This record gives sequence, structure tokens and C-alpha cells, in this order.
Amino acid sequence: MNIETILLMRTEFLLIFLLVALIVLDLFASNNLKKYFDSIACFLFLATTLVGFLPLNEGEAFGGMFVADRMNAVVKSILNVGVLLVFLQSKTWLNNAYTNHKKSEVYILIISTLLGMDLMISSGHFLLFYIGLELASLPLAALIAYNKYSKESVEAGAKFILMAAFSSGILLYGLSMFYGAVGEAGLYFDALSGLVKPTSIQLLAMVFFIAGMAFKISLVPFHLWTADVYQGAPTNITAFLSVVSKGAAVYALMIVLYKVFNNIFDSWEFVVYGLIVVTITVGNLFAMRQQNMKRFLAFSSISQAGYIMLGLLPGTALGMSSVVFYLLVYLVSNLGIFAVVSILENHSKKESITDYNGLYQTNPKLSVIMMLFLFSLAGIPPFAGFFSKFFVFMAAAEMKYYALVFIALINTVISLYYYLIVVKAMFITKNETPITTVKTDTSSKLGLFICVIGTLFLGILSYFYETINQFSVGLF
Amino acid sequence: MDISLVIGLVVDYFSKNPMAPYLIVSTIMFFAGVYGFITRHNLLAMLMSLELILNAVNINFVVFNRFLYPGQMEGMFFSIFAIGVAAAETAVGIAIIINVFRSGKKIETSEVNTMKY
Repeated sequence: MNIETILLMRTEFLLIFLLVALIVLDLFASNNLKKYFDSIACFLFLATTLVGFLPLNEGEAFGGMFVADRMNAVVKSILNVGVLLVFLQSKTWLNNAYTNHKKSEVYILIISTLLGMDLMISSGHFLLFYIGLELASLPLAALIAYNKYSKESVEAGAKFILMAAFSSGILLYGLSMFYGAVGEAGLYFDALSGLVKPTSIQLLAMVFFIAGMAFKISLVPFHLWTADVYQGAPTNITAFLSVVSKGAAVYALMIVLYKVFNNIFDSWEFVVYGLIVVTITVGNLFAMRQQNMKRFLAFSSISQAGYIMLGLLPGTALGMSSVVFYLLVYLVSNLGIFAVVSILENHSKKESITDYNGLYQTNPKLSVIMMLFLFSLAGIPPFAGFFSKFFVFMAAAEMKYYALVFIALINTVISLYYYLIVVKAMFITKNETPITTVKTDTSSKLGLFICVIGTLFLGILSYFYETINQFSVGLF
Repeated sequence: MDISLVIGLVVDYFSKNPMAPYLIVSTIMFFAGVYGFITRHNLLAMLMSLELILNAVNINFVVFNRFLYPGQMEGMFFSIFAIGVAAAETAVGIAIIINVFRSGKKIETSEVNTMKY
């Protein structure tokens, strides 16, 4: 271990340092200092995020186990920003009477989850990949079951841990068969890529692997846990789960498909094609009939995951950059919606769509901001969501997936319908007793401000897309 | 058919394929685990089925390592890490199941079905 290794793994080392520092602070600090725990954690994490933006050398550490390239650094920065936004918006929730004494746990667990994701997306070996995947999902289960006295939270935690363990068991079984077939040079991604051939055992391993990852991304045949977990978990944890966790899993799946399974593109293309079609369609159809806001957002995020996978399918450099750009735009829009939902939930304990009736009369600013995010998710032109969808469709159309793009376009129209249901509830539907006027706290305001700026300008300013685009590599 | 003939065939097959008995065991374990995970109504039994799945994977890794690539240790390492991670997984799982027990005094799956569709 020398100084180059430490510089290559700077985000990971900083996160470990932050983790230890927060644990020590939580154990030994006086009660007076602990009042400022949120601010200290946010500032330290902001520093980590800013370090992530510094330019980076490319290279490998630990004999190729850990790969640092520019695209990884970009994705890590995106995830960092997402976690920072989650921290900002969860301050009110954490300072209520039930969670105040254990609020440090949330910061520590989220940071350890993020560490797992960072290891997962920059791994060059299946062992590190697996450890990162587990480190990313085990603390999440504890976070989901965080509200100890809420039955729904416990239920969601039980469902999540069983599903996460089951899916990683399936993934591991695939990996073990893969090891039996092509393991002579070890499980390094670079060593494997030339050896993979479409024999039956390797195809079986690939299908098991994709199934295991699809559980984590909640693509459709494997999505049944999603809505329950999203509904039961604390709202801010749901925000983290739907954006940061999903984004990291998509990027990791993309890395493995591009680096390891590139020889059998014809085989996984077929699998991913089918997954995308059912994911977008079923996610949309089920989102229409939801009454609970968090379940609604769960199905919306399932269908958004389908669009992200659409950028992954072509295997081109354009596809990769469109996926990362989609992740960035989806992050600001979706975290913004969750910020509004959690502000309203903290204020009134209401989370069904009919409770939003007439919100515009009492909370005009929040309603307009919420409308902006919903339009961005639906892909209406001036907002960033339109551009991200446009790039994804462009990447797919470039490789002649016209039928798939057509299905996705029809689904965009369907999705507009259910996003507009919420807008209609807020602006048009009359209500005698709408949610009373909310006084938003400063940190949530700051988080919302960042989300609004991102949603308005990420698409219009070409700087962000071009930065991502110059780092992306494709299959061919 | 004569029973000794069958035994002779089996012994012959296993002596030609030294990996086969281990792989048969691990495959049966894996699918027993999947079956148990789907059919059990007790959360602890589901957790035990998960352990079966993970241990089947470990057997696979060790057997492939021992018989196919005796010059390296990747499979052994992988199974050691998998054992460690499985222990962590079980710990978190049992902690959550204890919470389920606290809220309803039962650990059946019927305790965790309030959220649906």
C-alpha cells in the first residue's frame, strides 16, 4: 500500500475515516456537542463530496481487484450528491422525539452502505463485487426496519432482508458455476472477458447473475418486494433506496455486462430486452392504481429503472453516458419529490394521494416545486427529465431497437397520465380540509433548492452531459 | 434390473467423474433451499433455507477449486468470504425477526402481510 493506492481509493478511505469519526463522536462526545451531530456529519460528508470532484488518475489497486477510472469517479460523485441530499432532507425526521436518541445510526449506516456501493462499482474482481454488494444491502435492511415500534417498518425490513439474501444467494450460485466454467485465471473481470463463450453452463450462470442483480434493481419479474418495502420504510430511507441504491446497482450491472459478458452480447441482449419491456409496462400499469404516495413512487421508480436499462442495452459509449446522465437527472427529480413527501409527512402524518387534494391553496410553493419534479420524471420538455429520456431513446434507436423505443414512448405517455393525477389532486381537486401550511426547515429548503436547480438546468446546460460523455466507453 | 448392475454403473460413473457426487449434493441443497424459501411459513425456517442456498454455493466453489484448478485458491477464498457474509446476513435477519416477534408474538409469515398489492 503506497500513496498512489490511497489516492486512487480516496473516496473509500475518506468514507471509512468518516465512519470511524462518526462512531467515535457518537460514543464519546458530550450531549452538548451531540446536538450538532447532524451539522457535523453533513459538513464532513460535504468535504468528502468535494474531494470526489477533484481530478483523478486512472489505475488499479490490489492487483486489479480495485479499478479506478474516470467514469467510476463521476458515478461516485453522483451517489455522494444523492446521499448529501438525503442527509439534508432527513434532518427534521431525525430530530423528532422517537428517533432523536439514535439519529447517529442513520448517518453511520448510510455511509457504510455508500462505501459498499463505491466498492461494488469500482471492483475488478467478483469477490470485491460480492462484498460490496452485501455491504450495500445489509445496513439497508437495518435502516428500513429503523422505526422499531412501527409494524410496517418491521415488516418491510423482514421482507427486504429475506429478499436481499435470497437474491444474493442466487447470484452467488451463478458465480460459482461461472467459476467452474472459466475460473482458471481467477475471477478478475479482465481475465474472464476473453474466456466467456455461450456454452450452456455459462449461459445459466449469466441468467442467474442477471436475476440476482435484477432483484436489487427491482426489474419486473423480481419487483414484488419493492412496493411493500418502499411503503414501510421511513420516507427518507425510501428516497435513498429508490435513487442511490438503485443507481449503484444499475451501474455495477452495466460494468459486469460490458466487461465480463461482452463476448455473449447476443445472449444477454435478449434477456435484457425482455426485462425492459415488462419492467416499463408493468411498472406503469401498477402505478396507475396506487392510492398511497410511497407505493405510487415505488412503481414509478420501477418503470424508471426500465428506462435506465434501455440505455444499457445497446452496449455503446453513447448508451453508457446516457445511463449515467439518466441516473443524475433521476436523482435530483426523485429526491426532490421525496423531500416534499417527507416534509408533508413529518408535518401531518398523511401519505395518501387523496390527502394531497387542494394542496395548492395552503402550500403553493411546495405544490409548484412538486409539479416541476413530476413533470421532469414524466419527461416534459424544458425540464431535465426530457433530455435524459431523449438521450436514452437516442442511444437505443442508434442501434436499431425501433420496436423497443416505440414501446417505451407509448409508456412515456401512460406515465404522464399518472404523474398528472398527482398534479390534478394538488391544483384542481377541491378539498375542504387540505394539509395545513407547512413551515419548511432550512436544511430541507437547501436540499429542495439543489434539486430544483438540478432539474431546471441539468438538461439545458450541456456541460454535464458532455463531461459524462467524454469518459464513457462502450462494448464495441 | 439387477440391483448389483445398477450399483456397478453408479460406481463406474462416479469413478470416472470424481466431482459428480459433490455437485449432486450441492445442487440438491440449492434447490431444497429455494423450495423451502418459497413454501415455509415460518420466518426462521426461511432463514434456514437461505443458509442451505449459501452453503450449496460454498460446496460448489470448494469442489471446483479442488478438482479443476488445484494450482490456485480463489474458490477457497470466495467460500470463506461467503461464509462470513452469510453470518452477517443471518445476524441482521434474526435481529429483524426478533422485532417481528416483539410486534406480534409470532414469527409466521402471516405476521408480515399487512402491506399488499
